[in-house]
Amino acid sequence: MSLFQRIARQDHAPVPFMLDGKPCEGREGDTLLTAILTNADKVRVSEFSGAPRAGFCQMGACQDCWVTLADGERVRACTTPLAPGMHILTGASA
Amino acid sequence: MSRAQPLIVGAGPAGVRAAETLAKAGLRPLVVDEAPACGGQIYRQPLVKDGRDAHDLYGSEAEKAERLHRAFAALSGRIDHLPRALVWNLRDGRADIAVDGVNRTVNYDGLILATGASDRVLPVPGWTLPGVFTLGGSQVALKGQGCAIGRRVVFAGTGPLLYLVAWQYMKAGVRVVAVLDAAPLSAKRNLLGGLALYPAIILRGARFAAELKLRGVMLRHGISDLSFEGKDRVVGVRWREKGRENYLSCDAVGYGLNLRPETQLADLAGCAFIFNERDRVFVPQREPSGRTSVRGVYVAGDGAGIAGADAAELAGERAALALLEDRGLQHAAGRAAELELELARISRFRDVMEAAFPFPAHWAATVADDTVVCRCEEVTAGTLRSCVRDFALDEINRLKAVSRVGMGRCQGRFCGASAAEILAAETGRSVAAVGRLRGQPPVKPVPLTLIPREAAE
Repeated sequence: MSLFQRIARQDHAPVPFMLDGKPCEGREGDTLLTAILTNADKVRVSEFSGAPRAGFCQMGACQDCWVTLADGERVRACTTPLAPGMHILTGASA
Repeated sequence: MSRAQPLIVGAGPAGVRAAETLAKAGLRPLVVDEAPACGGQIYRQPLVKDGRDAHDLYGSEAEKAERLHRAFAALSGRIDHLPRALVWNLRDGRADIAVDGVNRTVNYDGLILATGASDRVLPVPGWTLPGVFTLGGSQVALKGQGCAIGRRVVFAGTGPLLYLVAWQYMKAGVRVVAVLDAAPLSAKRNLLGGLALYPAIILRGARFAAELKLRGVMLRHGISDLSFEGKDRVVGVRWREKGRENYLSCDAVGYGLNLRPETQLADLAGCAFIFNERDRVFVPQREPSGRTSVRGVYVAGDGAGIAGADAAELAGERAALALLEDRGLQHAAGRAAELELELARISRFRDVMEAAFPFPAHWAATVADDTVVCRCEEVTAGTLRSCVRDFALDEINRLKAVSRVGMGRCQGRFCGASAAEILAAETGRSVAAVGRLRGQPPVKPVPLTLIPREAAE
């Protein structure tokens, strides 16, 4: 179940992407954080406790929403725009 | 050889007005900002147009937002603007800037730091759960992305932003379950003192609260023992009020206790810091002009101490005038005096606001041992307390070295203040006496593969 609820941009062009191997859809103008959290309820798991996280400050300050792309690049979800075909890994195997 | 260009860090209200003032005087500043477009957090622009107009996005501040955006657009061709770029280090008059995976090192002559603020947060149980965001973050989701953080949202903490964000969510059609204010209702009497200074702001806040209440939103004051419950995501909020325990279910929480300035770069620039008693935080030492202890380095806006967007515009202009004067260029001395007068007035207003939404000073003594304080490194309050005792620590950087608090990716932005509060409470010293976390480059994570510009060309 998604965390975020879209208020605007519902009618914008869909942007296909993969989340942990599952095909998903975002919208033109989404950040990775928005794209993930309109499809899922976490963006990563803590490397210490394994607890789920979904970002916090949404303005590039808290660094709690770093995700890995399938090509190995690590990006901060709240400040990275979604591009078609991205494959995002949350690190959660479930 | 001609002098290097002035560098302005941040393109929010302070940075934009500073750039405008320098450009008007014939200088060509370089403006570096992390966002794709100007506006800072307060006047943030959506990534793409989405059918909402300025009034939908900025409410009563629509005109100010549009004026600022227009002013910056009008500077095109007279300034250099690096958007989506991070100043990650300052050393010997040079700035290291990460942009698109490439590092640029630029020499600057004159540096205006307009780095803004983020939410001040005190950890409570469950604050790391998915669905719990800062108040500022809740606003960014709505303003910048056209998304609500959930479907049944509780807003908690204190400060003017608490009511503003709750009201904005309600206006956007989101179900706001409750607004839980840690400040006692009696503290709100202080707002009467603000009426004489800025009546419109006080009345607007009162209108937000009244409209929330009218629409059936639960408003509570003087709440304590706040916790966010859930396993994989937040499902409810628990708190105490007048000795009684309360619980509400929800699927998202916006949380924050006023704001904290972003000061790492001022630290790297070598600026002296002083403790601000009102905001319980170390800020760069500055003159009313924005001059710091380092020649040619100026601070303006919330990054220099929290004062809000209107003050930031004035302070940005004021700092730029100081830079012009220090460069021996013509500057408007009368205008500078006017700006300082208005900034002093806004500072008196900030005193009022802080009294109306006070910092919950008892937090450090009451936070439970198992509460995570540092969300990056997952250091708990109990670990901090035992480190303080076992190693007889009384200084924050030593506590960092021993416990790893503030050593994670956020560099102490979200745990530094609370770790200092705990250290102060444990040692019986003042928050000022335990010191402040030293800034370290990079101020935010940059890739190890950051390519030097020369190699990239």
